[in-house]
Amino acid sequence: MQPFEHEPQSLHYAAAFTSALLDPEQVTPSLVNGPKGKAADRRYNVYRNNVTVSLIDALAAIYPAVQRITGVEFFRAMGRFHVRATPPTSPLLFEYGRDFPAFIEQYELARSMPWLADTARVERAWLDAHHAADAAPLSPKALAAVDPDRLGDLVFKVHPATRIVRSSFSVVTIFAANRGAELVRRIDASIPEDALVTRPDFDVVVGHLPPGGADFLASLISRRPLGEAAASVLEAFPSFDIASGIAGMIEAGAFTEISMEQANDQ
Amino acid sequence: MNAVAESAASKTRPRFPLPIGDLAGTSFKHEHLPAILAEDKRSGFFEVHAENYMGAGGPPHRALETVRRDYPLSLHGVCMSIGGPQPLDKAHLSRFRGLVERYEPALVSEHLAWSTHETAYLNDLLPLPYTEATLATVCDHIDEVQSAIRRPILLENPSTYLAFRESTMSETDFIRRVAQRTGCGLLLDVNNVFVSAVNHGYSPLQYLSEFPLSVVGEIHLAGHTEQTDDEGDLLLIDSHDKPVANDVWELYERVIRRRGPVPTLIEWDSKIPDWTVLKAEAAAARTILDRHIAVEPPSEHHAAV
Repeated sequence: MQPFEHEPQSLHYAAAFTSALLDPEQVTPSLVNGPKGKAADRRYNVYRNNVTVSLIDALAAIYPAVQRITGVEFFRAMGRFHVRATPPTSPLLFEYGRDFPAFIEQYELARSMPWLADTARVERAWLDAHHAADAAPLSPKALAAVDPDRLGDLVFKVHPATRIVRSSFSVVTIFAANRGAELVRRIDASIPEDALVTRPDFDVVVGHLPPGGADFLASLISRRPLGEAAASVLEAFPSFDIASGIAGMIEAGAFTEISMEQANDQ
Repeated sequence: MNAVAESAASKTRPRFPLPIGDLAGTSFKHEHLPAILAEDKRSGFFEVHAENYMGAGGPPHRALETVRRDYPLSLHGVCMSIGGPQPLDKAHLSRFRGLVERYEPALVSEHLAWSTHETAYLNDLLPLPYTEATLATVCDHIDEVQSAIRRPILLENPSTYLAFRESTMSETDFIRRVAQRTGCGLLLDVNNVFVSAVNHGYSPLQYLSEFPLSVVGEIHLAGHTEQTDDEGDLLLIDSHDKPVANDVWELYERVIRRRGPVPTLIEWDSKIPDWTVLKAEAAAARTILDRHIAVEPPSEHHAAV
């Protein structure tokens, strides 16, 4: 990393100190020493260790199911590569690791676990939902108050915590099994599952979306009216049950408000 | 915070700062919340790392609101990077100000250290050289923080493992001048004093005798672990994962005897024990505070501790 362009020489210490922190190949920066002529290699290594280990710990805290699947040693080795290549760019550690699922996908030793990256995506979505803004979810009774002739014009406002994770693997089942304390039974990973992540009450909930549900919800989130969203999902998934689909999403706390399309346009 | 939210908040909890001069508190860990709520006597205070509550909402804020309703709070910033050469992160400063406004903490503190270089956040409290140039930068940064939050902060002395060849003054001289120039208070981490003293081969008592105790507004106590340096000598690591060491308790009592009671916080950030263990550490600090409750704060002079 280069020092800031206009930084006076006396303030170069941060650049010089940082250069070797995440690179074990580099020698201890020459600007530091131990007391009374002592060396500073092991002393500097305390900082190297603090940085690397604490960031791997941060990944482990964000991705506990991934760590449970891979085992601690595998996870920490994989995490170390990622931390060195992609240190955080925000002091908010709960924002860290957004690139980790893509990293897992490319990680040679994880190729035999093709579902691992999507499991990580569910965990990342879980943490986003955990920290999302507070908002009262739409009451399950709200739809009953709508004139049935106008249902098609309804527009939904998404809850700040709502996330969709689509997968060709059984990620919801894998996530649920590996975030608990119980022994994990054998899971058939090959069944596609789309996850709906919400925070209906106090805590984050990860549920299944039925086939077509992810497309349908994504349409609603992009403020398409219910009628249009329903027509388009039925085209691709003729057996999709609109009534139970929307009820399930409302029950899960995916939305905060409904309004009529016209009102929205004014 | 808007006016409506403010009046709602003030109905449910007392406003602070209230004097918490003789209290002993602990780090607040969410896993302890049920045990804390089950306490029949409310005493002490809790300290949180500000960054953990910089999300928009959800369970972290709910837990903190719950604790804040019954206890004074200490807001301890970890990543402002006050000791770094680059300008403070304005977005981060604004989030910090938001937390101060929302939770009205009794104490607000940050570190004499840095953790961000350019865009990389390194998640450690990294050391700085003590020079006229770094003194000027640190003072500018503290002025900026204090004017943003409209109140003084307490600046914490670091634990360090090495020194910079370019340093031209001692850590205590540096800290004293920062406090004089910015009007900030100080958070004296007695474990950090002990850790640094061992690591740099100086006397912790000498350090404390040079430290401006009269502006200390909070004390930290924590556990440390032992390693060795390149020469095979003892190197202490500020690990926050164990009970406070006996040597540190002894230093602490000397400080309190000289300074009088100061809010004291037991820090414990990894290998978190049961609430009863943490509570017992705070009770031990409280016992020492109680022994010296009648002592007046010292005038500013260099008496030996």
